[in-house]
Amino acid sequence: MLDLGIDVLFKGSNMLRLLSGLWVAMKISLVSILISLPLGVLVGALMTVKNRVVKVIFRVYLEIIRIMPQLVLLFIVYFGTTRALGWNLSGEVASVIVFVLWGTAEMGDLVRGALISIPKHQFESSEALGLTKRQTYIYIIIPQTIQRLIPLSINLITRMIKTTSLVLMIGVVEMLKVAQQIIEANRMTSPNAAFGVFLIVFILYFLVCWPISMLARYLEKKWNIA
Amino acid sequence: MDIAFMTKYLPMYERAAVLTVKIGLIGIAFAILLGLICAMIQYHKVPVARQIVAVYIEISRNTPLLVQLFFIYYGFPKIGIMMQPETCGVVGLAFLGGSYMAEAFRSGLESVAKIQSESALSLGMNRAQVMRYIVLPQAVSVSIPAFVANVIFLLKETSVFSAISLMDLMFTAKDLIGLYYKTTESLFLLVVFYLIILLPVSLLGTWLERRVRYAGFGD
Repeated sequence: MLDLGIDVLFKGSNMLRLLSGLWVAMKISLVSILISLPLGVLVGALMTVKNRVVKVIFRVYLEIIRIMPQLVLLFIVYFGTTRALGWNLSGEVASVIVFVLWGTAEMGDLVRGALISIPKHQFESSEALGLTKRQTYIYIIIPQTIQRLIPLSINLITRMIKTTSLVLMIGVVEMLKVAQQIIEANRMTSPNAAFGVFLIVFILYFLVCWPISMLARYLEKKWNIA
Repeated sequence: MDIAFMTKYLPMYERAAVLTVKIGLIGIAFAILLGLICAMIQYHKVPVARQIVAVYIEISRNTPLLVQLFFIYYGFPKIGIMMQPETCGVVGLAFLGGSYMAEAFRSGLESVAKIQSESALSLGMNRAQVMRYIVLPQAVSVSIPAFVANVIFLLKETSVFSAISLMDLMFTAKDLIGLYYKTTESLFLLVVFYLIILLPVSLLGTWLERRVRYAGFGD
């Protein structure tokens, strides 16, 4: 039989190490998501205000963050700011900073999109029914916005989890790095380990992201959002 | 900022940018082709092929490009498939982009109401004509925003190519930081070059979106 080197993972604590590498990546994305969701809601709400200056400032922030590859942002924060400001950031902290900046921008855009997608007649009808501005928001606008937002933000979560694979490049020991170490350590005994180990990494990422994507799609279908 | 340093290494960045754009464009071209094929298979509900496409889309969309590249670049040679880093980059980008493009095209095709093709058929058009004159123009117009977003997304994703030792912009920047410790200058050039590549695409996309907005006429 063709030796694919999957057996390497069952030696010693290799599989456990790989999973703890996955946990490092998950932790970074979880923390970043928890911070950037509320911040994104705030930014998105601020972007719909009438004030020109506020709008322009957030627009510029959003465009700059979104046009740069996340890896470039990671480099800027990890190598750039440490050199320019003289502080010392660990790879983990640098990645959380970048993911929060990026996540907030993306989430802000989603919130803005959801808010302006509420048709004007919803506001007008509520007014005609005699609801106050506060009641309109609490009973009419916010529930609809949330329904549109939840599937989109779940998708953002999977994107963030996928992007955590990049933190390897700024020296964080996450799953891919552990995989490289395992392959390197077993180079002599199982030369084909690269196939098996990277296959498992591939499958593990899929197993994490797929259920989340499915949930987003299920909710979208259930609430019938086009 | 050390201007002399920056002008000295400018040609290096230029070469890297050309490589990034070249691999990006070839990869995106293949991704579009793959996406079109997948979208057509799903639209016409071709048996078996349809299920394969569905599985492919799920796998490709739920794994990071970096992991796909590592698997292709380091894993495949172990089962006898050797590739140059450049080919690897193109294959990886096409594999990732194909599913995103397929989704963009499919949502465009599905947005054209069935009654439109039925009406066109009853007017005596043949299937090819219905596709060419009724479905495609509207589908393209609906797909454009997602399509442009995908192109930008894929161009940004090329930044991970440095991990499979392609001498792209990231690789150059990291190299210079490591060699000369000129962090600010190297990163500045990196950002400038990415802006030169990505800004025009983004602006072109906005223009294109406004230009081809003719779906949903008569709604």
